[in-house]
Amino acid sequence: MSALHPDQVTAERLAGLRPGAAGRDVDMGLGDGTLTEDPALESPLVLGDRSFDEVTDIVCGYAENPAPKWWLIAFGIASPIAGLGTLFILYMIITGVGTWGLNNQVDWAWDITNFVFWIGIGHAGTLISAILCLLKQKWRTAVNRSAEAMTIFAVICAGIFPGIHVGRVWFAWFLFPIPNYNWIWPNFRSPLLWDVFAVSTYATVSALFWYMGMIPDLATLRDRADARLRKGISKPFSLELPTGHFVVIDAITPDKIRAFVYGLLSLGWRASSRHWHRYEAAYLILAGISTPLVLSVHSIVSFDFATSVLPGWHTTIFPPYFVAGAIFGGFAMVLLLLIPLRQVMPNFKDLLTLRHLENMAKIILLTGMMVGFAYGMEFFIAWYGANEYEAFVFTNNRALPTWISDKGAPYWWAYWAMISCNVLSPQVFWFRKLRQNPLVIWIVALFVTIGMWFERFVIIVTSLHRAFLPGEWHMFFPTLTDIGIFVGSIGIFATLFLLFVKFLPTFAMAELKAVMPAADPHGHHGDHQTGHDPQHGIAGGADQKHQGTANAEGGH
Amino acid sequence: MSIVQTVADYLPIVPKPRPKYVTENGKRVHGLIAEYDTPADVYHAAEKIRDAGYKKWDVHSPFPIHGIEEAMGVKRTILPYIVFKVGLGGAFGGWLLQYWITAVDYTGFTVQGKPYGAWEPFTMIIFELGVLHAAFAALIGMLMLNGLPRWNHPLFSSDRFLGTSQGKFMIGIEATDKSFDPEASRALLESTGGNDIEIIEDDD
Repeated sequence: MSALHPDQVTAERLAGLRPGAAGRDVDMGLGDGTLTEDPALESPLVLGDRSFDEVTDIVCGYAENPAPKWWLIAFGIASPIAGLGTLFILYMIITGVGTWGLNNQVDWAWDITNFVFWIGIGHAGTLISAILCLLKQKWRTAVNRSAEAMTIFAVICAGIFPGIHVGRVWFAWFLFPIPNYNWIWPNFRSPLLWDVFAVSTYATVSALFWYMGMIPDLATLRDRADARLRKGISKPFSLELPTGHFVVIDAITPDKIRAFVYGLLSLGWRASSRHWHRYEAAYLILAGISTPLVLSVHSIVSFDFATSVLPGWHTTIFPPYFVAGAIFGGFAMVLLLLIPLRQVMPNFKDLLTLRHLENMAKIILLTGMMVGFAYGMEFFIAWYGANEYEAFVFTNNRALPTWISDKGAPYWWAYWAMISCNVLSPQVFWFRKLRQNPLVIWIVALFVTIGMWFERFVIIVTSLHRAFLPGEWHMFFPTLTDIGIFVGSIGIFATLFLLFVKFLPTFAMAELKAVMPAADPHGHHGDHQTGHDPQHGIAGGADQKHQGTANAEGGH
Repeated sequence: MSIVQTVADYLPIVPKPRPKYVTENGKRVHGLIAEYDTPADVYHAAEKIRDAGYKKWDVHSPFPIHGIEEAMGVKRTILPYIVFKVGLGGAFGGWLLQYWITAVDYTGFTVQGKPYGAWEPFTMIIFELGVLHAAFAALIGMLMLNGLPRWNHPLFSSDRFLGTSQGKFMIGIEATDKSFDPEASRALLESTGGNDIEIIEDDD
């Protein structure tokens, strides 16, 4: 290996292409060049030496270009499933909850499992937006928009289940303290009512947060559509059929619709710095109040169980255990959605780099260990607390397989599916090569998503199906309606997410630009020297990529 | 003056104050805009315009430039106080709602032998309603302090201005500023490195 000139080595090191310490044998140019192991180096957040206009073109292109073939196919699959799920919901409402496989003993099953599953997934978005914002984790800018969108769609799916599981849906307004002629009020001492307030507050605040973040980006889309209309280069509506033919409708100009709809939604935003100042204050406030909110929501969901006297539910570990599980499952869903998008959407990989994926894989590993600890702690407390009912639930209702003992748990397979998916599968992320491989991350994320569904199933059904009176013990078997509504909720989620990817800014453009090295008013002066002030310039005229390392604290 | 202007912007019935400067087309001059190439250029230009004593001017950029508030001399926003007060009000409302229902209007419904007005079970909903109101206050307060939403703005008449939401950096000085002078302000923008200086007309 020929020796490089020392300056060249330094330049490569600063560009993040070379490990910092001399003589350490780490592969150079690993992956996309963002996977440096040197803590002194900061990986570039946007690859390809992009300008602000190029980033705008990439992100707006997703919403402006005709729907790609993969999108039409995916939408063609997801929306009928969503429709079918809606029909199952309608059938269930018309006929009654008897269409589910519930019985006297197991009176909560897939309905509440799905509710907790979806609401848990809906925690990653706000976590990324709020907590990582407060911790000044700049890499969040690449994932926060899609994660927030995912949050809202997951909360929509979650909201379906408590709404319909009450049986007589037309009385669902009893959940809210509305004055009525029956002279009855809801019971404010019930955690189920706290849950109503927590989930509806969470849905509203997440939607506000998401929308406020999008206002500047919607203004960008509006301005681009407007500029094309003024230049007279707007194209008529065209749709590429899977057969390769184009359907063109001259009467519809998408840019006119865009200028109107995006214009209405962007509320007249004109990128003013006086506005940005208040906008940033509002954003920080929302991040600050969303952080305790996101922790409170899943804590309150866990109170639904923990405040009851049922062994297996009545434990104090539930709130932190549920919150860790929610973050765990939410990040898995983010990865599950974004890794395929990286493959199919042009230039997506330059905005969502391997470093982003690796960071999320590390969070999955951490939170996976936390839920693993909680699973272990349940057993420890059952033994240490000498509560024989609790010990029975964990051993004979969950963990002990029937092929080992006659007193084993008929649901042992659900328990061990949960353990292997949630505790064992993330352990592969201890290996650097594996947590840097998108395919491996995607497979683990899939396992985690399955495992988190089983976790809620295990908590709810295995605790219920054998309670204090053995004469009432009963298994739960899902019906076609149970399965149809669950699969339908996945369809609703996928349909909404696909619509988001096609019509809204998929990346937080303004935030992405603000963390690019060129955005720092004190570091980068561009190629020309106009207005160059030596007091402020650290390395005027240097390459943008190098600037990311020179200025550790850019805009935020 | 500025209150009349603001009201006139929203209510077309209120006549706008007589324009100080008019273009050849007979239209009111909204102001001047100048374009800058990089965040650093616009940052240093902002410092100079602030020091020249201008009050009604603005930097337009596709993202919030770090530290531009200081360069522009913008005061800290009062938004946090508004959010805090509204949030506190929401939390108090949450307590009042629960206390009135449970301990005043609907007594006689004993749950687990607890006092009717015990505050402990109310804490969750007090917190949730506080957060809910604070979130609405943050968004709506931000928009109202910014004078948004609005249908249009004279600046949007410039084709080049549309680039400020994408990758361009601009400074706009309004004609209603006391220090505004068509020649002197143009010279100032030029001296700070502003390119393609353009007069913005107000359409009405």
